[in-house]
Amino acid sequence: MAIFLTADSKVIVQGMTGSEGMKHTQRMLRSGTAIVGGVNPRKAGSTVEFEGGTTVPVFGTVAEAIEATGADVSVIFVPAAFTKAAATEAIDAGIPLAVVITEGVAVKDTAEFYNYAKEKGTTRIIGPNCPGLISPGAANAGIIPADISGPGRIGLVSKSGTLTYQMMYELRDYGFSTGVGIGGDPIIGTTHIDCLEAFQNDPDTDAIVMIGEIGGDAEERAAAYIKDHVTKPVVGYVAGFTAPEGKTMGHAGAIVSGSSGTAQAKKEALEAAGVKVGKTPHETAELMRQVMAGLSGGDPT
Amino acid sequence: MDLFEYQARDVFEKHGVPVLAGAVATTPEGARAAAERIGAASGGVTVVKAQVKTGGRGKAGGVKVAKTADEAEEHARAILGLDIKGHTVHQVMIAQGAQIDEEYYFSILLDRANRTYLAMCSKEGGMEIEQLAVERPEALARVAVDPNVGIDDAKAREIVTEAGFDGETAAKIEPVLKSLWTVYSEEDATLVEVNPLVRTADGDIVALDGKVTLDENAFFRHPEHQALEDTTETDPLELAAKEKNLNYVKLDGSVGIIGNGAGLVMSTLDVVAYAGEEFGGQKPANFLDIGGGASAEVMANGLHIILSDPQVKSVFVNVFGGITACDAVATGIVGALDALGDEEDRPLVVRLDGNNVEEGRRILAERNHPRVLIEDTMDGAARKAAQLASGN
Repeated sequence: MAIFLTADSKVIVQGMTGSEGMKHTQRMLRSGTAIVGGVNPRKAGSTVEFEGGTTVPVFGTVAEAIEATGADVSVIFVPAAFTKAAATEAIDAGIPLAVVITEGVAVKDTAEFYNYAKEKGTTRIIGPNCPGLISPGAANAGIIPADISGPGRIGLVSKSGTLTYQMMYELRDYGFSTGVGIGGDPIIGTTHIDCLEAFQNDPDTDAIVMIGEIGGDAEERAAAYIKDHVTKPVVGYVAGFTAPEGKTMGHAGAIVSGSSGTAQAKKEALEAAGVKVGKTPHETAELMRQVMAGLSGGDPT
Repeated sequence: MDLFEYQARDVFEKHGVPVLAGAVATTPEGARAAAERIGAASGGVTVVKAQVKTGGRGKAGGVKVAKTADEAEEHARAILGLDIKGHTVHQVMIAQGAQIDEEYYFSILLDRANRTYLAMCSKEGGMEIEQLAVERPEALARVAVDPNVGIDDAKAREIVTEAGFDGETAAKIEPVLKSLWTVYSEEDATLVEVNPLVRTADGDIVALDGKVTLDENAFFRHPEHQALEDTTETDPLELAAKEKNLNYVKLDGSVGIIGNGAGLVMSTLDVVAYAGEEFGGQKPANFLDIGGGASAEVMANGLHIILSDPQVKSVFVNVFGGITACDAVATGIVGALDALGDEEDRPLVVRLDGNNVEEGRRILAERNHPRVLIEDTMDGAARKAAQLASGN
């Protein structure tokens, strides 16, 4: 089944005709994703040929794309200055899932379109500043390389793109139900908790890897959620133990302010909730191996 | 980006937040001239305030009341050059003096958990707000602000009521809160804090000290914000990296780090620090994220920055090629080393995985550079880099 994204998902790409959009649409198609349209008002009515013989129509608006194709996922690749407008259009069109890949979106813009989506109640936002999500073997909405790992029964949620890749690589012999990169901005549409809840309810996920990093208290809140609501085994990893106070470490949201947002506090909160936390990505993968080996039928696929 | 107090004052003034007259000076003589001008409206009394982006400057002797322009010059001489929590004072603000009856607190900030904004307000301003929040949480009102609505009349009333203000003062504070919201919203701030917000003896509400953080991702809407940036305290290597569009943070250790992706690089620093415990406490020398899809040129630029740091004894290049192609990384490493020539003798430990890894490893193997060591795993490479940095 996977979470949020399945083999039945019909995906459109806002910003498909830009260079990043073209490159990644090609990759998504190659991994078997049903890309049913692109959106660009200036190129409405045209089509784009991709290698492998797929022709993808370009629509003027998200609403038209949905009307014509029944699309239920939009991947947004438009530049940061136009992201709010693109996301707002997707929300207005009522798309169930909007995946915002764009990095460098002003936090005010995200706060506004996230709260707009929340008020409308029909669109889940993932991102911004994220690699998107992949349900290996079924569909890929974003930029996570599809050849790292095949399908399996581990769910993964991470603030970081490359740590997502690293973890999927380490556990590629087990495979993943869905890997979700939620993004490293201060305000994001889908949180660790949202993914934990979905994985807990997903019959095809047996165990969950949760990757966090310094900044905010999302991991602490996820730990509290795990304690009360998650019965599946969770293995965690937190990056940024050596990050100095007051410095932004690459991700806009990755900053230790005073004594808040430290990796140590996050690790302790997770451990107090019964989550095994690895010291390195590799050690974390090893902990997951032990978990999977302990579950019935836990041999690598 | 954090603003200095005087910059915050100017931004407040621009949006109609009541502030006292103030001017910035970099010399005692300049402070005197400013005090003569500004003090005229307050019986000659001014306050000389160190401009540093850290708290606790009052305790450190960075804020002094001057009764005359002579005194202001004297105070400025004492304050300029002070070290306050590692920040050198290069500027002072000369602010008009005021008779303060009461001190309040107000801020607007991001609420990451609820993904809204949060307004915080208290009748007990002046002190450290973290301390108030812990000791007397009931004295600090917290009111959620919808980003799409902001602080309108109703929200302003809700905030002051929640904070326990009475009729007359409440009525005076409400419009100030609305103006501060305008600052937050129109300037793309992620923090606007006024501590203290005061009521003067004349009954006026004035923002006496302000802290503003601007969102650098919103600079495209505010080209004028670029000029507010202060680089006097920035590490020269960080400045050089910024010019090359590299995401670099200078640290104090001996192992130079280059990787792709913020999370992986943070993780690499940690893994090096753990591995370094075995080798006399070797630590990472920096954070450097070359980003997704980095080219050979970006890799080479990164390597140049890292090797410009004399504290660096070894370098760990840790790349997981998702979008980034490992062959481009390898080409960048080889190109940079060739450009540096034989003068550069510090070892490089390289761990590549993912996209085009075979080709990347082939390029490195073919060049067979004597100071490049290829390791298969991140943990193994971290250990090797720490060991080399320790000289063993």
